[in-house]
Amino acid sequence: MFTAILVLPLIGAVIAGFFHRFIGEKLAMVIPTTLLFIACALSWYAFFTIQGHEQSIPLMRFITSGDLQSDWSIRVDQLTGVMLVVVTSVSALVHLYSIGYMAEEDGKPRFFAYLSFFTFAMLALVTADNLLQMFFGWEGVGVASYLLIGFWYKKPSANAAAIKAFIVNRIGDFGFLLGIFALYYLVGSVDLDDIFKAGPELAATTTGFLGYQVPAIELICVLLFIGAMGKSAQLFLHTWLPDAMEGPTPVSALIHAATMVTAGVFLVVRMSPLFEYAPGAQTFVVVIGASTAFFAATVALVQNDIKRVIAYSTCSQLGYMFVAAGVGAYEAAMFHLFTHAAFKALLFLGSGSVIIAMHHEQDMRKMGGLRHKIPLTYYVMLAGTLSITGVGIPLLTLLDTPLGFAGFVSKDMIIESSFAASSSVGKFAYTLLVASAAMTAFYSWRLIFMTFHGQTRADRHTYDHAQDSPNTMMIPLYVLAAGALLAGMNWYPEFVGHAEGEWWGSGIFNAAGNQVLHDAHAIPVLAKLAPFIAMLFGLGLAWQMYIRKPHLPARLARQHQALYLFLLNKWYFDEIYEFLLVRPTKWFGRFLWQRGDLGAIDGFLNGLAMGLVPRLTRYAGRMQSGYLFHYAFVMLIGISFLITWFAVTGGPQR
Amino acid sequence: MSNLLTLITFLPLIGALILVAFLRGSDAMAQLNAKRLALLVTTATFLLSLAVLSGFDPSNPDFQFVEEGEWMAGLTYKMGIDGLSLPFVMLTTFMFPLTIYASWGVETRVKEYMACFLLLETLILGVFTSLDLILFYLFFEGGLIPMFLIIGVWGGKDRVYAAFKFFLYTLFGSLVMLIAMLYMYWDAGTTDIVALLNHQFSYEGIDLLGWHIVGGAQTLMWLAFFASFAVKLPMWPFHTWLPDAHVQAPTAGSVILAAILLKLGGYGFLRFSLPMFPVASEIMTNFVFFLSVVAIIYTSLVALMQEDMKKLIAYSSVAHMGFVTMGIFAANQQSIDGAIFQMISHGFISGALFLCVGVIYDRMHTREIAAYGGLVNRMPVYAAVMMLFTLANVGLPGTSGFVGEFLTLVGTYQTSTWTAFGAATGVVLSAAYALWLYRRVLFGDLIKESLKSITDLNAREVTVFVPLVVMTILLGVYPSLATDLFGPTVEALVENVHSAIAQAAGPLQLAGR
Repeated sequence: MFTAILVLPLIGAVIAGFFHRFIGEKLAMVIPTTLLFIACALSWYAFFTIQGHEQSIPLMRFITSGDLQSDWSIRVDQLTGVMLVVVTSVSALVHLYSIGYMAEEDGKPRFFAYLSFFTFAMLALVTADNLLQMFFGWEGVGVASYLLIGFWYKKPSANAAAIKAFIVNRIGDFGFLLGIFALYYLVGSVDLDDIFKAGPELAATTTGFLGYQVPAIELICVLLFIGAMGKSAQLFLHTWLPDAMEGPTPVSALIHAATMVTAGVFLVVRMSPLFEYAPGAQTFVVVIGASTAFFAATVALVQNDIKRVIAYSTCSQLGYMFVAAGVGAYEAAMFHLFTHAAFKALLFLGSGSVIIAMHHEQDMRKMGGLRHKIPLTYYVMLAGTLSITGVGIPLLTLLDTPLGFAGFVSKDMIIESSFAASSSVGKFAYTLLVASAAMTAFYSWRLIFMTFHGQTRADRHTYDHAQDSPNTMMIPLYVLAAGALLAGMNWYPEFVGHAEGEWWGSGIFNAAGNQVLHDAHAIPVLAKLAPFIAMLFGLGLAWQMYIRKPHLPARLARQHQALYLFLLNKWYFDEIYEFLLVRPTKWFGRFLWQRGDLGAIDGFLNGLAMGLVPRLTRYAGRMQSGYLFHYAFVMLIGISFLITWFAVTGGPQR
Repeated sequence: MSNLLTLITFLPLIGALILVAFLRGSDAMAQLNAKRLALLVTTATFLLSLAVLSGFDPSNPDFQFVEEGEWMAGLTYKMGIDGLSLPFVMLTTFMFPLTIYASWGVETRVKEYMACFLLLETLILGVFTSLDLILFYLFFEGGLIPMFLIIGVWGGKDRVYAAFKFFLYTLFGSLVMLIAMLYMYWDAGTTDIVALLNHQFSYEGIDLLGWHIVGGAQTLMWLAFFASFAVKLPMWPFHTWLPDAHVQAPTAGSVILAAILLKLGGYGFLRFSLPMFPVASEIMTNFVFFLSVVAIIYTSLVALMQEDMKKLIAYSSVAHMGFVTMGIFAANQQSIDGAIFQMISHGFISGALFLCVGVIYDRMHTREIAAYGGLVNRMPVYAAVMMLFTLANVGLPGTSGFVGEFLTLVGTYQTSTWTAFGAATGVVLSAAYALWLYRRVLFGDLIKESLKSITDLNAREVTVFVPLVVMTILLGVYPSLATDLFGPTVEALVENVHSAIAQAAGPLQLAGR
C-alpha cells in the first residue's frame, strides 16, 4: 500500500509527461488527478491505522560503497503518516483545482506532469528511511519547484525567480550535505535508525571541523538546520520564496505553502532524536524561527500583491513552526504544519480564484468590493482568515480540547510552548510571536478588506464580469475550508493533547527531561490570553484603517516614509545580496577568466613552453599533416630510447 | 576466447585499415559506406565488450582475461583488466558507436575522419587493457595523434592554434613521465605492470641539488607521472588547453575528448600514482586537495562568465574533474568509488552536453550563447533532453551526476573537512552556471528572426541521446550497477595503499591524519 502511495504520482507524471500525445490533453489531466486521489485515500487509511504498525519497507538498493549502504525504502511511522495525508490531500485537491485554473493555458500536460512529479519527490522525502533518499526527495522537490516557478518560460521574471529559488535552496543544501558527511563520518551509517541510536553518544563527542574542535551533535544539527532554512525560507535564505510567486497559483498553494516549504520543519522534527541532545542548535532554531516570524510579518503589512502577502505570511508561519521545534515541542510544530497546510492552501487557492475573476490582476489596490461579485470565494477566504488569525474562545475547553478554528488551536499551542520553555530564548520567542500574531491579524484582515470590502477600485469592465470560479475550483476550496475551521479541534488530542505520546509512537522523540508540551498546558492565564488580545488588536487596527478611514494608510505611509519603504522593499535583502554576493561573484568570475586563465596561466605557460606555437602556426598557415610527424617523431624517439635501454640491459629479467 | 581483450582493442584498428585500404572514391555512396563501416565496427566492439562484462568476476580484485606473450626486441605483450579498468573499457566501447552515429552529417574527408576515430578507439582501449609499461606508453601517447588530427583537420577556424596547444601541453607531461618509466624499469627490472604494482619503490628521503626531497624516489616519480596526468585530466592550473581544444574540435571530437580522453589522467592516477607510489601520494595529498578545490571553485566561477557554450561546458568539466582528483587522493573506499563513478558518469553527461551543443551548432553555426534564446518554443524535445543533462551536470540526485560528487565528498570529509567544505561550494556554483546557461539558450520568448525556423531533434539525434538518457538515470537510481563492478578492486587497492603508508609511517614520521 505504501509503495502504491509513493509510486502512483510518479506513474501519473510519466503518463502526463510522455504520453499526452497519445491520450490527449484531457486524459493527461484526469489520469494524474485520479491517481492522486487514490494515493490520497490510501494515505488517509494509513493515517488511521499506522499506530502500532511502525515498520520499514525496503524497495531496492541505492548508493552502496564499502560501509556506506543505503536503500530505497519506506519508513512507516506516525510522522510519515501525517506528512502523507498533508502531501497527498493538498496535492489531490490542487490537481483538481488546476483542471479549472489552467483551462485557458498552454502546456497543461507539462503542468500536470510537473505537479505529479513534485508529489512523488515530496513523498520520497517524507517516507525516507535514510538521509540519502531524503536528500533525493529534498532536491527533487527543489527541481519540481524550479520547473513550476518557471512554468511560464517566456516571462523573464519567472525564469529569474526559478533560478533564484534553486540556487538559494542549494546554499541550504550545502549545509545539509555537510551534515550528512559529518553524520556518516561519526556514525558510519546514513540510516535513520543507526543515527538515532547514536544520539546520546554524539552528544558526548567532539569532532574537528575546519580546524576547530566542536561538539559533534551541535555541528550536525546546525548543518542540517541550514538545509532546513533554505527549503523553509527562513531568515537570510528566505529571499526566493516571495519571488516564487511568479509560478501559477496552484503551485504556490501546493509547493510554496502547504508542502515543500514545510520540509525543513519536517527535517528538524524527524531529527528530534538528535536535536533533543543539542541545546545550542535548538537555541539557534528558536532564534531564527522567531526572527523570521517577526520579520516576514512586518513585510506582509505593506505588500500590495495579494500573493506576496500570503507568501510572507507563509514565511512567518514557518517561523512559528521552527520555534515550536526548537523549544522541543515537535508535536506542536507538526500540528501547526498540519493545520497550516489546510488554511494556507485555502488562502492561496482562494486568491487564485480572485485572480482568475479579476483577469490575472494581483494588485489589491485595484480590487475592492468583490464580496458582492464572488461571494463563494469571499466566504471560503473568510474561513481561511478566521483560521490563520486565530479566532476561537480562549480559556474554554471542551473534552480537554480548546474551542476555536484550526489556526487558533495550533498557533496558540506554539506560543504557549515557547512561554513554557522557561529559558530566556523562549521568552524572546514568545514576545516576538505575540507581536507577530497581532501583525498576522492585521495583514490578513487587510487582505480581506482591500479585496472584498469597500468601494471597488477595479476598472468597470473587469469588475462587472467578475464571477465565482467553476466547481472544479470551488470544491477543493470547500474541502479546505472545512479543514481550516475544524482540523484543529478534531485532532487536538492526538497531536498535542492527552493521547499524543501513544499516538506519535517512535515518530517523535522527547528526551527524558522534555516537559515543554506538558508545561504549555499550564501557563499563566495572562500569557495564554496575550495572543488572543494581540489578534483582536490587529483586527481592530485593520478595521480602522481599511474600512472606517480608508485614507489613513496612505497618510501614514507618507508620514513614516522611511519605515514604509523599508518594509515595502522587504528590509532591502535583495539589494544587499545583489551588492554583496551576486555582483562580486560575477566580477570575480570574469577576473579569474581574463586575468587568471588568459592572463597569468596562458601568459606564463605560453611564454615558457608555448613560445613556439605562434611561430609554428604562422609557418603552418593551414593545417598540414607534416607537423603531425614531429609529434610522432618525438614519440618514436622515446620508444627507441626505451628499446635501446632494453638492448643494453638485456630485456626484462624475470 | 582467450584473446578477447586483444580482439576488442584492435578490432577498430582493423576497421580503420579496411577503410583506408579498400574504400575508394569520395562520392556520396563511398561516404555513406565509410560511416556504415565505422558504425558497424564500433558496435561490434561494444557487443564484444559485453562478453567481457558478463565474463568478468567483480568479486575478484585481480587482473582477469590476462594475455601474455613475447613481442619484439625483448618486449612483452601483456593485457588484462580489473575492476579499475573495466568501467573505462565499457565507457569507451559504449560511447564510440554513439559518437560515430552523431557524426552522420560530416561531409569533408569522411573516410579519413572515420579512420581517425577508429584508430583513436583502439589506442584508448589499449591504454585501459595493457598491463605492460611500454605498451601503456605507446597507447597513451599514440592517442594524441588521431585527436590532434581531428582537431587540426576537422576543427573550427582557430584549429591550428588549439591543436598545437593541446599537443604541446600533453607532450611536455609525457616526456617527464617517460623518464620516470625508465627509472622504474631500472629500479624494478621489469615493465610488467602487475609486477610493478608489487614492487616497493624507495621512499628514503634524498638530497638533490641542495633540496631535501621527502619520500625520495617515490616523490620524484609521483611528480613525473603527475605532470602527465594532471595535464590530461586536466587539473588547475594546467587546464587552459582544454577550453581551446573543445571550442575548435568538431562535435564528435569534443564528445570523445570530454567523455573518455580526460579520464586517461584519472585512470593513470589510479593505476600508477596511488598504488605504486603510496607514500608519495600521502605526502602530496594536501597539494592535490588544494589544486582540486581551487579547480572546483575557480573554474566554476570562470564558467559562470563564459559567452561560448562549449567553453562553459569545458570549464565545467575541469570543475568536475576536481572532484575526481580529490576523491582519488583522499584514498578511501567511498572517495575512490566516487572518483571512478564520477568519471564514468561525467562521460555520459558531458558527452551528451557536447552533443546538445552540436545539435544547435549544426543548425545555426554558432556557439555563442547570446545568439540563442527561447529555443524551447520550437524545440520541446531538445529542451527536455538538455534539461535532463543540465540537471545531471548540476549533480541532481536521481541522476548519475549526484553519486560521484556525493561519494567523493563524503569520502574526502573523512580526511579533510576543509577540502570537503571547499569542494561542496561547487554544488551551489554549478547550479548557477548551468541553469543560467539553460535559461539564456532555451527559455524566454523566441524573438531572434534567425531562430524562427529552427527544427527539433530528428530521429537520428533522438537515437543518439536515448542510450545516454537511459544510462544517466539508471546509474542515478541504481548506482550499485557500477559500484559493484569496481568496489572489491577498490577495496583491495585502499588496503594496499594504507598498509604501505602504515609501514612507512615509522621511518618517515608521517603524522597519522
